[in-house]
Amino acid sequence: MSSGFTDYLCRDLLLAYRRPGEAASPLVFFIMVCTLVPLGITPESARLAEIAPGIIWVMALLATLLSTDSLFASDYQDGSLEQLLISPQMLSMPVLGKITAHWMVTGLPLTLASPVLGVMLSLPAQGYMPMVASLALGTGCLSLIGAVGAALTVSLRKGGLLLSLLVMPLYMPVIIFGSATVQSAIDGFAWSGPLAILGAMLAAAIALCPIAAAGALRLTSIN
Amino acid sequence: MPNTPLLTVERLLFERDDCNVFEQIDLSVGRGDIVQIEGANGSGKTTLMRLLTTALQPTSGNILYAGEAIDLCRYEYLSDILYLGHQPGVKMTLTAEENLRWMAADCGNSAQDALAAVGLAGYADMPCYNLSAGQHRRVALARLLMTNAKLWYLDEPFTAIDKQGVSFLENCMRDHAKRGGAVVLSTHQDLAIDGVRKYSILAHADQGGL
Repeated sequence: MSSGFTDYLCRDLLLAYRRPGEAASPLVFFIMVCTLVPLGITPESARLAEIAPGIIWVMALLATLLSTDSLFASDYQDGSLEQLLISPQMLSMPVLGKITAHWMVTGLPLTLASPVLGVMLSLPAQGYMPMVASLALGTGCLSLIGAVGAALTVSLRKGGLLLSLLVMPLYMPVIIFGSATVQSAIDGFAWSGPLAILGAMLAAAIALCPIAAAGALRLTSIN
Repeated sequence: MPNTPLLTVERLLFERDDCNVFEQIDLSVGRGDIVQIEGANGSGKTTLMRLLTTALQPTSGNILYAGEAIDLCRYEYLSDILYLGHQPGVKMTLTAEENLRWMAADCGNSAQDALAAVGLAGYADMPCYNLSAGQHRRVALARLLMTNAKLWYLDEPFTAIDKQGVSFLENCMRDHAKRGGAVVLSTHQDLAIDGVRKYSILAHADQGGL
């Protein structure tokens, strides 16, 4: 008896692989916007270095938010969500599978691409490791929290704006501790503290968000 | 308990926006039964189907599976039902075979055989966006050949299906009933199967319909 986690993880990864353009759009957005920052603000590396951690984190957050909307939307439209809701296994495991797949096609590429953008925004050398580490944990949180919002708004025709309003306040702690990790490393302090808090947030989100998202999906299906 | 009907619905009432979609649905489906739900457009056929599949919660009333409330034997009940809704649940970017791999977990037949039986022999490796609406429907129908579910809920299964498809589906249902399964379907068509029980929603609703 399978829990449905791996089934849905593999299915969503295959779906993303078949639609590479759609799957890559958060990453392309992330890179493009970060490229515009030196053009729009200043190419001066001293000033860029000051704002680099914040910029990279804000852009990673927006890129994730952009893609969260579609997490359950296509399943809802073609009826596979309905099939999932009446499947006998616990709903939160397939949901966690879908979220994991979502992180692997959005958060993970963003994390891996961030050093390149660090170079572009002249991030100080001691900031790279903390940035990659904090993004790896933080984007996981973002995907998990976003899934709850996406589940709540899946039946709305124009749920995008409501989704942002719902999810944004919950994203704030993530971005605060995420950019704090990078900033404290640049300033020469120990960065394990804020990173540990991010890790704790991720652990809590893994435990709670799939259950919340599953409950939200059940709620929306009732109406 | 050989005499207990597979599915019993008792005094089912469903309200939406403070107004009864229907009330007092009493229905009993035994092994080998084929029950056709009838009713005008908007009379609540799909709602009834969704109530039976637990996608919706009834306002009051009971649904029993083999004599036990479905809330108490949720896992067994949901493992034993198969639901085909209005949307076929077919992923456009996956091939027909991949779709079946994820939709039909409890395979008795292989996906290849099932697809051949529904007339999609050469289409197994083609992405579903290349197929027509009727062929999507057939991909979903192939699930019927791959399942061990005892209770089939088919909501308008004949939509977009050609004549051969209709008779194929009728054969499927007949065989399933012979094996001791049961079918609850909603359709406006008359079925060419003997012994189909008809259940009209309109007669039991306090309003609705034209």
